[in-house]
Amino acid sequence: MSRYFTDEHEWIDVEGEIATVGITDYAQEQLGDIVFVELPAEGTTFEKGDDAAVVESVKAASDVYAPISGEVVETNGALEDEPALVNSDAEEDGWFFKLRVTDASELEGLMNDAAYKKFVASL
Amino acid sequence: MSGNDDITHLEEELPLQELPLDAWHRAMGARMVGFAGYHMPIQYEGIMAEHTWTREHAGLFDVSHMGQLTFSGEGVDEALEILLPSDIKGLKPFRQRYSMLLDEEGGILDDLMVSRMGGNAFEGAAIYMVVNGATKYDDIGWMIEHLPDEVVMNHMDEQALLALQGPEAGEALAGLIPETADLLFMQSGLFTWRSVPLWISRSGYTGEDGFEISISAEDVTLLADALCELPQVKPIGLGARDSLRLEAGLPLYGHDLTPAVSAIGADLGFAIQKRRREEGGFIGHARVLKELADGPGSRRVGLKIEGRLPAREGAPIYAGAAKVGEVTSGGFAPTVGAPIAMGWVSLPHSALDTALEIEVRGKRIAASVASMPFVPHRYRRKA
Repeated sequence: MSRYFTDEHEWIDVEGEIATVGITDYAQEQLGDIVFVELPAEGTTFEKGDDAAVVESVKAASDVYAPISGEVVETNGALEDEPALVNSDAEEDGWFFKLRVTDASELEGLMNDAAYKKFVASL
Repeated sequence: MSGNDDITHLEEELPLQELPLDAWHRAMGARMVGFAGYHMPIQYEGIMAEHTWTREHAGLFDVSHMGQLTFSGEGVDEALEILLPSDIKGLKPFRQRYSMLLDEEGGILDDLMVSRMGGNAFEGAAIYMVVNGATKYDDIGWMIEHLPDEVVMNHMDEQALLALQGPEAGEALAGLIPETADLLFMQSGLFTWRSVPLWISRSGYTGEDGFEISISAEDVTLLADALCELPQVKPIGLGARDSLRLEAGLPLYGHDLTPAVSAIGADLGFAIQKRRREEGGFIGHARVLKELADGPGSRRVGLKIEGRLPAREGAPIYAGAAKVGEVTSGGFAPTVGAPIAMGWVSLPHSALDTALEIEVRGKRIAASVASMPFVPHRYRRKA
């Protein structure tokens, strides 16, 4: 399994044709206390860059974009009852949705863990 | 991800200025944002934790961005009664009142606190006023235009302002200045701490008991340190200040109050005492009189929201197909444990418990008109 990162602070775990998407620990830290996550419906198809989800923190709403193109095959139902999972475990249990990847070549421009760490340090 | 942070809407094009406590906030771990023309702390450890701390203990807020003004000179009461719809002549020494500046059409230019001084605080000035930070220069311009030459207005821009708020605020401040224990809600007085003069009122904007403390910019760091060394006190940022005042049902100028809305519609008629309603003689009186008789076109109301999705400023409010209003403040309320909002709705849809819908990102969510405050006020009044 490989993990990729975007400059919009999303992480993507790719296993076969399925990509699990969430926001990074840095992102949740910036957003503060998360009180609601609006997830896409299963079966929705996204082009890379489409609005895919909305994270509501105490202070504001923020969009989450589809980091790659694909069809939503599963969403994290646990976030409905416990949106704060995104704060406590952003990069594991706080995942948002899973996509069936339509164009694996889109992963090529994304960062790996080391590159993302460097990117965050530069902010 | 992209944030659209409503706190930063008031960010101005001018370079942001530094508050006297700027370095102190950063040393305390604050995340700073631009607000009302200043670098200000939006949060330290997190909005939710800071909100809850203030409701249970005592929070220290730096509100030095607000405008602190004094007024003195012959005829100061009469002059201020032209500018303010509130009873100034009847304001006793060391008493404070909530008031507003209205324009000729009765629109709200700002909301403010006004108090009669006593003793020799602020060089013996007669009246002390605190106005909003984002509007202070406009307010000053408006008042200069309408005050007679005999009345001297002084903008104390070297003066800092701290708010200490929460159920343990009284006990905390009494630890430093025992005499403050005698103050009741909306009373004020001149105190001394380590030979520094402090003008303190028992008031605030969180719905909790607490104080607002005016102190010179050069001494404020010392006081902020002394307060935060107390076990009851932690520094609190703008984020929690906003969620606390929303739960308390208190309007925020520039959001819930603007020049487009009226005092009566805003449910601020309590600030216009009987004599002033009858006698008038203040700017904007015609609108107040008309709306007291006929009712306002729309009203500021509280909104209870079903589900977990917060409705925020700008969200349209519907009754069936008809748009009947707009949310002017909204968010998750940590003490309530649910989203709440404040908004303006047309009069026929503003009665308590009226079922409405709010549109959030194309979806309608169920809401109803709710009484405010959402969390009961706990001011310290006479027993």
